[in-house]
Amino acid sequence: MTALHWGELWEYRELLYFLVWRDVKVRYKQAVLGAGWAVLQPTMAMVIFTVIFGRLVKLPTDGSPYPVFVYAGLLPWTFFSNAVTNSANSLVNSANLITKVYFPRVLVPLASVGAGLVDFAVAFLLLIVLLVWYHIPITPWFALVPVFLVLTIIAALGVGTVLSALTVNYRDFRYVLPFAIQVWLYATPVTYASSVVPARYRVLFGLNPMAGVVEGFRSAVLGRPPLWTLVETSAVVSVAILVLGLAYFQRVERTFVDVV
Amino acid sequence: MSDAITVANLTKEYVLGGTWSGREYMTLRDALGGWVRTAFKKRSKPRPFRALDDVSFTIRQGDTVGIIGRNGAGKSTLLKTLSRITEPTSGTITIHGRVSSLLEVGTGFHPELTGRENIYLNGSLLGMRRAEIIQRFDEIVAFSEVEQFLDTPVKRYSSGMYVRLAFAVAAHLEPEILIVDEVLAVGDVAFQKKCLGKMEDIGHSGRTVLFVSHNMAAITRLCPRVVLLRQGKLVGDGGALDVVKQYLSDGSSGHGLTTELLNEARRSDYFGHVAKLASLELRPSAPVPEFRFGEDFRLRLRFHSVAPILHAAVGVGIDDMYGSRLMTFNSDESGVTMTTERGGEYTVDLCVPRPCLNPGRYSLSCAVLSGGQILDFVANATAFDVLPIDDASGAHIEPTEGAGPIRLPCTWTSDG
Repeated sequence: MTALHWGELWEYRELLYFLVWRDVKVRYKQAVLGAGWAVLQPTMAMVIFTVIFGRLVKLPTDGSPYPVFVYAGLLPWTFFSNAVTNSANSLVNSANLITKVYFPRVLVPLASVGAGLVDFAVAFLLLIVLLVWYHIPITPWFALVPVFLVLTIIAALGVGTVLSALTVNYRDFRYVLPFAIQVWLYATPVTYASSVVPARYRVLFGLNPMAGVVEGFRSAVLGRPPLWTLVETSAVVSVAILVLGLAYFQRVERTFVDVV
Repeated sequence: MSDAITVANLTKEYVLGGTWSGREYMTLRDALGGWVRTAFKKRSKPRPFRALDDVSFTIRQGDTVGIIGRNGAGKSTLLKTLSRITEPTSGTITIHGRVSSLLEVGTGFHPELTGRENIYLNGSLLGMRRAEIIQRFDEIVAFSEVEQFLDTPVKRYSSGMYVRLAFAVAAHLEPEILIVDEVLAVGDVAFQKKCLGKMEDIGHSGRTVLFVSHNMAAITRLCPRVVLLRQGKLVGDGGALDVVKQYLSDGSSGHGLTTELLNEARRSDYFGHVAKLASLELRPSAPVPEFRFGEDFRLRLRFHSVAPILHAAVGVGIDDMYGSRLMTFNSDESGVTMTTERGGEYTVDLCVPRPCLNPGRYSLSCAVLSGGQILDFVANATAFDVLPIDDASGAHIEPTEGAGPIRLPCTWTSDG
């Protein structure tokens, strides 16, 4: 970690702000619905999952109404999947920048994750509406929401930086990623409750960094204690991915320009 | 004053060929295939291409230094390594001071964003602080002359407006070291003049400036010292006039009267797809690339037609030592055009009777055109000398220093 130039990153904090600002601005400028998409995407998913898994399959939700249950899981998941997809392609898409001007390269995937936070904030408002609608009380557990948001960011940053660097060198990841994300969704307790996974597999389940994050986020929102083993395992894995990811990024960023 | 930039034994190699299957990037298959190949047989050694070859120089603080050389000589690679955009393969660069580099106009401009928004984004990318941008915002807008379109997305800008806005941001940078690549080649003439003026101010304000250009007039005007690169090597370093002379005479050295152009590496990628210049032959009375003063200027151009062309024409430009265009001759202006067939070779002769060029060395550029569009172009294809001997009388002609390149016959009368 010593290799990462924290001082330099701090120097360039304003550029990070402008890159995030650009991503957000451009995205909403080109779309008629603007910020509506930030809500529409998880809402559509919520409706579909509610019909299929809530009404038809009748998956157990530990007692919560299925729409809130699935939306509380979709919120961190949508942020994660968008952040990872955008940052994976970010360096290749910014080829015109990184071949013409110097700045810490890690800002590019970082900005993609940052821009996703704005969508998250907008979509979060609908969660509040749903909680009120279904008369779900806000408990002290809710105070843990920011903690799990930070964990989501760590997971997204870790996976995003690794994939952005890999995509520069191996364009295959562009094609693998959409499929991988789809599979990943079902390996994450978004549509189903974590409790359906037998306790003895919990550590194994937690190797998926998003498993613990979604579990923790949803528990905090719905006001009940999370499955700590799962959350702890995922947290450790997320931090490990971020540390290794930044180290890998550091090692290969010198040659990006010659390859991109 | 201390050294701002010290470059020692700088070398940059790019790998050509090798395991990558001709694409610009590698895929997993290439990588996996590479491992398999290495495991089973000897790997074919990738051919490294030296874009920079053992370059060393020092630039003192406050100096303005020009970098010149043909396309592919390594100028851009040098600027990129100095700007930390790419890492050198070996050698060291020591820089004292904050560097801003302008390798293109409008880096990071987003077409969907407005002029105002792009000023902030671009300024920030070039290393300006937000407070600095806010402070100079009005100046930038005034310099750019696009006030009334400030809230229009730049995708609706004309290319001139776009360039003006982009240069305006760049011109208001205040780094200790400024690295500029060929940005003055754009924009209309009036704006170019304004940019040159701004560059001069920057040079006089004690900042260190590195400036790459093909515009020899701008180079000699802005830079007291010039560095010449040829095939990645530093081959000239000294006073602007001497090095520019060396550069311009590069074209003719060893070529004699006929310069082969077909495999000329200097042409830009844009050209040579429809028609390709094959050769340029100087045809003076003596078998050396020299014309006597007033001697008819004769040359022969050959070009190869890659595809059929309607109304193909050729053009020849004569530049002085400083890269300023003195005159241009286009065959279509004299009514000479050809309708060519695929694969055909065409020959065009030019004769300029008594061209009135003062003794000195001149540079020749040539082109193939069609309907005003340039199909192929080689700048500074060759050079020739005009001897200080009058072709008609054999008298010696010695123009005074700074007399200008043209000498026309004239009649003086006086009442004395």
